[in-house]
Amino acid sequence: MKSLSDLEKKINSELTTKINDSNISHEQLYLSIDNEDLLDVILFLKINNDTKFKQLIDITAVDYPENSKRFKMIYLLLSHQFNQRIVISCLINENEVVSSLTKIFPSANWMEREVFDMYGVKFKDHPDLRRILTDYDFKGFPLRKDFPLTGHTEVRYSEDQKKVIYEPVKLEQNYRNFDYQSPWEGTKYIKEKTKE
Amino acid sequence: MPKKNKTLNLNFGPQHPAAHGVLRLILELDGEVVEKADPHIGLLHRGTEKLIENKTYMQAVPYFDRLDYVAPMNQEHAFALAIEKILKIEVPARAQFIRVMFCEIGRILSHILNITTHALDVGALTPSLWGFEERETLMTFYERVSGSRLHANYIRAGGVHKDLPRGLDNDIAKFCETFPKIINDLETLLTDNRIFKQRNVDIGIVSKEDALDYSFSGVMMRGSGIPWDLRKSQPYDCYNQVNFKIPIGKNGDCYDRYLCRIEEMKESVEIIKQCLSMMPKGAVKSEDAKITPPPKKELKESMEALIHHFKLFTEGYRVEKDEIYTAVEAPKGEFGVYLISDGTNKPYKCKIRAPGFSHLQAMDYLIKGHMLADVPAVLGSLDVVFGEIDR
Repeated sequence: MKSLSDLEKKINSELTTKINDSNISHEQLYLSIDNEDLLDVILFLKINNDTKFKQLIDITAVDYPENSKRFKMIYLLLSHQFNQRIVISCLINENEVVSSLTKIFPSANWMEREVFDMYGVKFKDHPDLRRILTDYDFKGFPLRKDFPLTGHTEVRYSEDQKKVIYEPVKLEQNYRNFDYQSPWEGTKYIKEKTKE
Repeated sequence: MPKKNKTLNLNFGPQHPAAHGVLRLILELDGEVVEKADPHIGLLHRGTEKLIENKTYMQAVPYFDRLDYVAPMNQEHAFALAIEKILKIEVPARAQFIRVMFCEIGRILSHILNITTHALDVGALTPSLWGFEERETLMTFYERVSGSRLHANYIRAGGVHKDLPRGLDNDIAKFCETFPKIINDLETLLTDNRIFKQRNVDIGIVSKEDALDYSFSGVMMRGSGIPWDLRKSQPYDCYNQVNFKIPIGKNGDCYDRYLCRIEEMKESVEIIKQCLSMMPKGAVKSEDAKITPPPKKELKESMEALIHHFKLFTEGYRVEKDEIYTAVEAPKGEFGVYLISDGTNKPYKCKIRAPGFSHLQAMDYLIKGHMLADVPAVLGSLDVVFGEIDR
């Protein structure tokens, strides 16, 4: 499709029931879909002659612990032919399983492994769902918002045992997270007052 | 008696000079033929994305230097562009040219490193000795403009940190005169070299379809004959004002990728020359006082400036709620930042899309059926740097 708005119309007409929401900003098309429709939508975008999103750029997740559907999966696709980018998102529960894209894009393999490693999201039909970036035998999912910045364990070389050992993190000084919100602009009650 | 097939597992790295950093590659060998390669990465994982979520936007910039540490400014550029797009900041023309110039210097830095170490992996020692001398010169340019050879922290949202120091433009222009000769010297050593060709021609061939399927970008994709470069197709900053060509390969093997890199360096020199001649005088950062710090001189006289300075370096600036993906053509391929801001002074999420991650992933596909001795050649032509892969 020549322009993003044409693309938006095309996708909305072809996949009417599967698209929850779409909008264009920053010269990219943002689609929000349901988890169950993921494979269909991506396959359509890859194969259709008017879209030709032949390359998967990245897969990632975002953690919103306060939401009932905790994670937002994000898929970035690129169409070289039409020079367009698309951002597909779907919301999932903490325990929900997402279909793996490895059959459509072989490069999804490591990207999904990374999401699994960082957020603990599981993928259905993934050939090799292991941790990828973190240490062997690592516990926890580091990019979740409830995972502390310092982590849980630290390593050091033990002179007695003559090997590298793992210990719980001991901080000389607590990690300080300052609240930078300016009292003149930031606090809620003043913002509400100025709005009135 | 039936022949017994027994494969041998070989652990390549994590401490191997040809692994280009900390890569642990588990190879399954049948004789000398590689049957399967399983790269274990993450030995240099520092949790960059987690750290960025806990830092203000300005404090997050230095983490980008430490990703692909052979071309630091290209990464900063992607992050700065993301913030600028959300905040809709206009970057002054001079700053755009300075940024593009330094990104091209970064490209030369990265390509010299890759070409020479690739040559080293397949048995040629001299190119690295010659190439590293030039890298050192380029790094002094980095140092003169930012104060540091590698971790520049120079490209900020809204422009660059400081204007070029006096005399630097002349020295860069001089370098542009002498450097093409060095490229030619490197080429005389490698391009027609019998051993270099034997080790690289027809090794690690990537077809066009596979380059797309495996999410390749940059030279890995252009080497296979796909004319795609973000500097041309989705130009950012002043790339649409400079003239340059995009070299593409034909066969998609290691040798073509080497040739592409050589040609790209020549084009980069042309871009730098054009930037120097087209660069206007004027401001180097946006005038929006809420984003960029005031000039040092004003701090002594103006109370307003002092307050702005203090607020910027403690609280930082806020970025309104938005989601954006921006990508730049880094030396290794498409380097992207998926930034989610929530209206506070810290990013809610910052996903870094490193080109090397998808390239290394294809190692198994590339090396299957090749000989053990081809592993360093393929790895060298992938151009992997673990700072960006492990993040």
